Amino acid sequence: MPTLELTNPAALPADWRDFLALTKPRVMYLVVFTGLCGMLAAPTLPPLVLGFTAILCVALGAGACGALNQWYEVDVDAKMRRTAKRPLPAGRMDPQSALHFGIGLAVFSVLLMGLATNWLAAALLAASILFYVFIYTVWLKPRTAQNIVIGGAAGAFPPLIGWAAATGSFAALPLLLFAIIFLWTPPHFWALSLFVRSDYAAAGIPMLPVVAGIESTRRQILIYTLPMVAAAVAPWPLGLTGHVYGICAAVLSFVFLVLAARVAGNRATEPAQMAPEKHLFAYSVFYLFALFAVLVADRFLPW
Amino acid sequence: MVRQEDEIIRKRQRERARVTALLLGAFVVLLFFITIAKTGVNW
Repeated sequence: MPTLELTNPAALPADWRDFLALTKPRVMYLVVFTGLCGMLAAPTLPPLVLGFTAILCVALGAGACGALNQWYEVDVDAKMRRTAKRPLPAGRMDPQSALHFGIGLAVFSVLLMGLATNWLAAALLAASILFYVFIYTVWLKPRTAQNIVIGGAAGAFPPLIGWAAATGSFAALPLLLFAIIFLWTPPHFWALSLFVRSDYAAAGIPMLPVVAGIESTRRQILIYTLPMVAAAVAPWPLGLTGHVYGICAAVLSFVFLVLAARVAGNRATEPAQMAPEKHLFAYSVFYLFALFAVLVADRFLPW
Repeated sequence: MVRQEDEIIRKRQRERARVTALLLGAFVVLLFFITIAKTGVNW
């Protein structure tokens, strides 16, 4: 084997850990958890192994999205501190391997979902992968500050997929769960993008703080929080959940609203002074976990 | 230099083969249980 090829790190076979890193396992937890909760909130539950397979497919689909996203954004990732050490920008993997891995994982997850559960769930999984890759990553993200607003739909699919895997149909509750995540995504990501905006600006990604400014983004966070709170509480008055969910959702959402108001009132421009933004970002992750956990608890608790 | 790189390549190939074998084994087991669940056999 020629020495020149071997001295290029990308010519070495990639380490399996780099393939794992390509799937962004750290951001997969929320997708898997909301998918699982969507399934557990359904009126009928699938056999354990089929339920496990459905959630595995959601995780694999999310992994495929991560891999294809990193393949497409290799140039952008190389410009951001946060992402420069990923396998592709760091040169530890050949781009074609990442592309094949991503496509293979996507096709495998959809086929397995269809064979193990039903083809509605498989179609939804395919739609979420295609939406994330083509609508969000390729089309919206590099072009418009509204990337997160519309792109949030991609991350909102898992509870819908979980429900469809369990029941083979749609209903009002999973659509509301979709709406909750869809409306939660902008405040969540904009809080993050406020204190890492220099990274996005360096990479030329038109995130809202880069395009519209810090003050406007803070206002938008508060504005988007209002419909999110309404969607989060809505299942209770609509009779789709019990009082446990309703009360917990109201309390959790109130805290979210207070933190969003603190962000809107902050005037700092330096990331070091953006404690309200950091608090809101951290709380937003907890909020979604807690809200979905309470939804499942409400379904199984006897009162 | 070449020898060292050869060793790295072999090591990675071995590790990847092991991980692939494990994943394939897990997939076969999963398919078995999916088949059992789909056929509705109660154990």
